[in-house]
Amino acid sequence: MKKHPVNREIASTYFKSGRKQTMVAIFGVMLGMAVYMFMNSMNKGFARSANDSFFKAVPHLRVYSDTQISEPIAPDSDAKSLIINPGITPTSSRINNPEQLIELFKKQADVAVVVPQVGMSVFYNNGQSQMAGRTVGFKPAQGNEMFQIKSFMVQGAYDDLDRVPNAIIIGAGIADKMSVETGDRITVTSPKGVQRLMTIVGIFKTNNSYEDKSKSYMNIRTAQQLQREGDSYVTDINVNFTDFDLAMERSADFTALSGYKAEDWQEANATFVAGSRMRTIVITFVSLTLLVVSCFGIYTILNMTVSQKINDIAILKAIGFEGKDVIRIFVYQALTIGIIGIVLGILAALVLVNLLQKVYIGADIGYFPIRFEPWVFLRGSMIGLAITFLAGYIPARKAAKVDPVAIFRK
Amino acid sequence: MYVLEVENIRKKFYDPVEFEVLKGISFGVKKGEFLTLVGKSGCGKSTLLYVLSTMDTDFSGKLMIDGEDVSKLSIDRLAQIRNAKIGFIFQFHYLLGEFTCLRNVMIPALRLGLKSEEEIESLAMQKLEILGLADQALKPASKLSGGQQQRVAIARALINDPLIIMGDEPTGNLDTRNTQIVFDILKDLAHEYQQTIIAVTHDLDFARASDRTIELTDGAIL
Repeated sequence: MKKHPVNREIASTYFKSGRKQTMVAIFGVMLGMAVYMFMNSMNKGFARSANDSFFKAVPHLRVYSDTQISEPIAPDSDAKSLIINPGITPTSSRINNPEQLIELFKKQADVAVVVPQVGMSVFYNNGQSQMAGRTVGFKPAQGNEMFQIKSFMVQGAYDDLDRVPNAIIIGAGIADKMSVETGDRITVTSPKGVQRLMTIVGIFKTNNSYEDKSKSYMNIRTAQQLQREGDSYVTDINVNFTDFDLAMERSADFTALSGYKAEDWQEANATFVAGSRMRTIVITFVSLTLLVVSCFGIYTILNMTVSQKINDIAILKAIGFEGKDVIRIFVYQALTIGIIGIVLGILAALVLVNLLQKVYIGADIGYFPIRFEPWVFLRGSMIGLAITFLAGYIPARKAAKVDPVAIFRK
Repeated sequence: MYVLEVENIRKKFYDPVEFEVLKGISFGVKKGEFLTLVGKSGCGKSTLLYVLSTMDTDFSGKLMIDGEDVSKLSIDRLAQIRNAKIGFIFQFHYLLGEFTCLRNVMIPALRLGLKSEEEIESLAMQKLEILGLADQALKPASKLSGGQQQRVAIARALINDPLIIMGDEPTGNLDTRNTQIVFDILKDLAHEYQQTIIAVTHDLDFARASDRTIELTDGAIL
């Protein structure tokens, strides 16, 4: 025979009899839940969108030949003073044996793309106007795979880098200042003094105006020729992982593996990382506070119910209900309010997310960067449930301690 | 063999001043006995009843119910004993107002969980019929008159076929007519059904109709 759930029956009767207060509490939980889920989904969306545009210019991991400070020739032994000159030794920035390293990197776990490149500072000249900048040379198909350059091209065709000899793609800022467009020619001067007339096959525009005013892309072979080097000359090897969060833990491995400096994107862009971390902390704190405060409604109502029902509690204890039965009665009531509030909150957050998804922002962001984040919703529900439980348990424990004799003697 | 037996029960109050309210009380109650506790206001008769009921555990001495020493048991275990073996009728605090009369009567049995809900419901209906309340069964308890509520409380006290029914001034809050009804019911229970009853009262007619009366004066049996 199944035992009748009498505690639950009492809880649901109390739940129904205080309908107005219950509604207010449910509404409170719903609001807190919806705001928590919405704000955190938005934060996730922002982070994703910022990362997406960030990784259009920066690889997850960059392996390059770092310049080093010269070391003393012999250790400074007691009496003999040795004159040394600490300074940067002008070693070449080339990476030796790049093919072998690239093959090695490709074999590592979690590696998605490996792109060797030649980077250098250059001057762009068009008639009288001159600008300093930086050019990057790589195999066009590989470069696009890593940086999604095609997605921010505003003029010309990216694939022409491969087809047109001496082709270059420049930032929109350079194009503006030099008043050139696709099909025009500019002179590029390398640090080695090589000058070359190059054809503009495309113009790109990012959301970073500094990049737009200085950067250009070309075929790796052209870049090697600007440095008067052969086709094994490579200055950096860029590595993208399947997940950008892997870069930090793997950078030491790659340093050891290659013997060159392997720098992850967090190290190279500490401000960006700090900024997004700060935003996450603020949003988490604010939304969590809201959630906790909203669940306090349950605490208030349960406290009131316990005070109102103190006679009922005394009677229940007299007819044989134990302390834990009384706790269950009130915790059931709190959880019912909490669960209804959480479900409504999830629905409200879904509606908000859906509405905002349809808002067009413009620029390279496009639509508002928000979407349904299962983890945020799950975490919110769990936190909500835990707070609800506490908000019910604390008044319930007080009810369980009611001394029936003290009530009956009043 | 006593159904309930006490030996040298002592109890002190400490607030506002130390005061010994029960000064070594000993007696026994036999099965089917109708016992009344009488005495002046403040003599300790209600205090004694709450000790007997197991709800007040702050005393010294020995309390035996159904041959078992319950003086040292945990509060939860005592709750189980009350649920199964004791029925209560109070003076003011009768019923759970938001439940129907039928549900009020059923709750102690649902808590005990020895019978199915359907069996309990028909049993509760039967008790309400005996007390002349069958037509009120589905009304919320708070809608009934005081006398009717007290009769529902008696039905509730009977639902688990308790060993002992305890009442604290069970007729104290009722008018003459309702007092008579409740009084007759309790008398019938004691004499026809051999139900053990212990009731605190200051109604001397009520006491006179019982099998035995214990009179308390200043915390001791006279």
